[in-house]
Amino acid sequence: MANHTIAETITIPYLEEKGLLSWLTSTDHKRISIMYLLSISTFFVLAGISALLLRFELLMPGKTIVDAHTYNVLFTFHGAVMVFLFIVPGLAASFGNFLIPLMIGARDVAFPRLNLMSYWIYLLGALIILISLSKPADTGWTFYTPYSIRTGTDVILLTFGIFVLGFSSILTGLNFIVTIHKLRAPGMTWHRLPLFIWASYATAILQVLATPVIAISLLLLIAERVFGIGFFDPAKGGDPILFQHFFWFYSHPAVYIMIIPAMGVISEVIPVFSRKPIFGYKAIAYSSLAIALISFFVWAHHMFVSGMSEVAATIFSFLTFLVAIPTAIKVFNWTATLYKGSIDLKSPMLYALSFIFLFTIGGLTGVFLGALAADVHLHDTYFVVAHMHYVMIGGTIMGFFAALHFWYPKMTGKMFNEKVAKIAWAFVFIGFNVTFFPQFILGTQGMPRRYADYPPQFHSLNELSSIGSWILGIGMFVMAINLLRGLFNGEKAPQNPFNSLSLEWQVPSPPPHENFEEIPHVTDWTYGYGKKSA
Amino acid sequence: MNWVPEVASNLASKVDAVIWFITVISLVFFILISIFLVYFAIRYRRRQENEETPYITGSHVLETIWTIIPSILLIVIFVYGFVVYKDMRTPPEDSLEVTVIGRQWLWQFKYNNGKTTLNELYIPEGRPIKLVMTSEDVLHSFFVPAFRVKQDLVGGMYTYLWFTPTKTGTYELYCTEYCGTGHSTMLGKVIVMSPQEYEKWEKGEEEKAVASLPPAELGKQLYTQRGCNACHSIDGSSLVGPTWKGLYGHEVVLQDGTKVTADENYIREAILEPQAKMVKGFGPVMPSFKGVISDDEISDLIAYIKTLK
Amino acid sequence: MEGVEKIEHVHGHHVDPVVEYQSLKFGMWLFIATELLLFGGLFAAYTIFRAKFPEMFAEQHLELNKTLGALNTAVLILSSLTMALGVTSIQRGKPKRLALFLLLTILLGLAFGVNKYFEYSAKFHHHIYPGTSIFFSLYFTMTGLHMLHVFAGMALLTTMLVLTLRGRFSDKYYTPVEVSGLYWHLVDLIWIYLFPLLYLIA
Repeated sequence: MANHTIAETITIPYLEEKGLLSWLTSTDHKRISIMYLLSISTFFVLAGISALLLRFELLMPGKTIVDAHTYNVLFTFHGAVMVFLFIVPGLAASFGNFLIPLMIGARDVAFPRLNLMSYWIYLLGALIILISLSKPADTGWTFYTPYSIRTGTDVILLTFGIFVLGFSSILTGLNFIVTIHKLRAPGMTWHRLPLFIWASYATAILQVLATPVIAISLLLLIAERVFGIGFFDPAKGGDPILFQHFFWFYSHPAVYIMIIPAMGVISEVIPVFSRKPIFGYKAIAYSSLAIALISFFVWAHHMFVSGMSEVAATIFSFLTFLVAIPTAIKVFNWTATLYKGSIDLKSPMLYALSFIFLFTIGGLTGVFLGALAADVHLHDTYFVVAHMHYVMIGGTIMGFFAALHFWYPKMTGKMFNEKVAKIAWAFVFIGFNVTFFPQFILGTQGMPRRYADYPPQFHSLNELSSIGSWILGIGMFVMAINLLRGLFNGEKAPQNPFNSLSLEWQVPSPPPHENFEEIPHVTDWTYGYGKKSA
Repeated sequence: MNWVPEVASNLASKVDAVIWFITVISLVFFILISIFLVYFAIRYRRRQENEETPYITGSHVLETIWTIIPSILLIVIFVYGFVVYKDMRTPPEDSLEVTVIGRQWLWQFKYNNGKTTLNELYIPEGRPIKLVMTSEDVLHSFFVPAFRVKQDLVGGMYTYLWFTPTKTGTYELYCTEYCGTGHSTMLGKVIVMSPQEYEKWEKGEEEKAVASLPPAELGKQLYTQRGCNACHSIDGSSLVGPTWKGLYGHEVVLQDGTKVTADENYIREAILEPQAKMVKGFGPVMPSFKGVISDDEISDLIAYIKTLK
Repeated sequence: MEGVEKIEHVHGHHVDPVVEYQSLKFGMWLFIATELLLFGGLFAAYTIFRAKFPEMFAEQHLELNKTLGALNTAVLILSSLTMALGVTSIQRGKPKRLALFLLLTILLGLAFGVNKYFEYSAKFHHHIYPGTSIFFSLYFTMTGLHMLHVFAGMALLTTMLVLTLRGRFSDKYYTPVEVSGLYWHLVDLIWIYLFPLLYLIA
């Protein structure tokens, strides 16, 4: 590449060079983005299959296909892989990498080599986790002590893999913060930035400041198993609840690492497909930061019945309600953006609207769990399982699918079949609700989570939920086939098929190596839709 | 369909009121947002490619309204949840205390009169009950949906909860903190009796009535009462532990490859010192029942196992 | 038309050296924030257990060798000084002096490690291990994790030394040296907190 001048490389699309090695050694943020996208999608499929197996086991009371231990291993695998290998790196590392430089008018991220190293570290962490499967852990993805100290399964390798992944996450976050601060194009002021950038920025702060805490918790857990240091072991004067504090100090902000980028995606998709400026730009931008900040002070709402003091529970309950406010503001702003728009219900928009609908359910059911008295009854039941999946699938994954369909033409230079995409969406939307809505009822009725088997009175709703999981699985399968087919048979994508004003659409599809022939001078914000008639 | 479990404690209706209160507020918001979403999506759907749209970037009035109203409602919900929670965490002074010990995968209840029961908690109706709880191994959580109470059991410390049962009957008890292979079989029953019946039970008259049954029948009852069913099946399937079906009189292969015949003495030892001769393919997870189970009861269990051919 | 030089810069370095300088420094500060939170977890554990077992801390800290600890504190403070002198040297355009100071800093780091080795051996000799008590678990995890950071810092400084000897730095370009120095100061700073918390409990 060093043999080309910039005028030559600018005409070479980033996908042009072939060969595995040319990918694995590329520091181009777009190539790194695609590598992340393929990796996380692979793990998404693996963890998704384990979810289908879990739901199949729960189809009927009694043993259906696997015994209790295998069931516990499966839900640990499902949770750990979904969280640490798919959703946490997820949108941030894949779409964040692709879009941040393009959207702010830069040629790459601030530290391109560090960026590639982050990906390698991610692969290394993933590899360690896969190796741990030779004696898979059965602790659940939360690794609560003292069970995680005493179980005979391989907790050390799994937690070490997650520890390694933490480095990847920290370095990616660090890279993005510096990029957004230092590499914005002339005229790209903070208040002209696309909201996806604001969301990525808030996410990156969380990655840098929260991840070290899970790193130390997992190191201590490993030291506990290897040396018996006793911090979390009641038999040695330690405190098992301390581990929960450590764990959630990271893992609650991590929930926002998972969801905030998806909120950023929705803030991009809605204006384009409504042809309207985003409603309340500053409110959405700053609410991302507010959520990030408050999320550091709500961790113990996972622990109201853990044996923590009542005073602590009360304080954390109050703070939890605070985080609901900026979240609610976003939902209202997105809805208001639709008003008097020209709404085009293409597949990305369908996923974005599903996000608002489902995430609202996820958010509102969170209010139940934040209220002390209600949480005592609902904690650790299927209500929590349903709430969590409404936020993670209804929120993050809907945002992920919206992003996949929205930026697909830009990333691949091809178009997919829109009709099939809509059919897949319908299956996903219906399947998701059939799977998870019954779980709210199951939880309220008292069915505990992480049960390999359940009493017969919970049968019919579990059956419904399992059937839903098949519909959801079919929808995702159809979607994957459709997107893969587009790669080979799709029409060539125009530069800006959806008439977006954002910078990434002002370069060819797929973009060339150095992104911009000349660094653009930005004179207006990203959301100036419908100006003429104003 | 019942949306919530039976109401069987003084706290249950209070918790339900909080849940219903939040449900109503949530439904209002959810329905409003859904109506707007669907209405906008239909009313303003794109009819022509070059449609023009107004340039609206925000409204301070609207933003203020939809910040303040949810804030107020959330604070109200917080206060309501807190008030009821405070009640749930303040046991009356005259509460009847029972000690609860959780271990993989059994509930043990110790009463003031010296009685100990496994997996079945016996309490009188209409009296506040305070459970003082701890764990012998990993975390567990005591959850009775009908009472709307839940509390983790933690090793090295005591936690508590309280409630007043308001209806006689038998209620399901679940472990809700993941505790390993037998987690979903760590089930128990709470038996709420009328004060008179409870008095009888306390004096032990109940048990005498049962003692007239044949040993194998008694063993069958013990099988569930003592929680054996959490780990040992009677239909030949392997759970956490080996099945009891066809156990008696047959050879079992131990960890070191030796074989022993499962006779009375072997079964007795397996109950009192489970780790002494472990069956191949199973982990060292069974707790010792020494001091927990009487010699009579062991004999009854053996009699029951003999019937499982 | 832009030249070959420019392309090299785009994916290796930044186009604008001022932006590169600011970016690297900013990046290192963020990394330091991460490190502080990593140790923050241990400091939190320390606080909690010291409040829970005050007698254990008062009694068992006497087993630690104050003299060796103080010596190591002096060694690290001195190494911070040589590091700072190194950065000043290159700012004034003296790469040879930078190399000398880098070497000194690395050697002092090594001295710290050797000292720590003797301290740990003495503990093992007295049958004190991580897991002996909560206090000693804290002692070993906190100083052990710090030791790993000293090694990481030494590796970083060795890289800088090699680059200096290859003539990569001048008074116009010394950002990596300065940023590595920041990291070394952080390692030093953490020890300055660890020393009184573990060795000098009143």
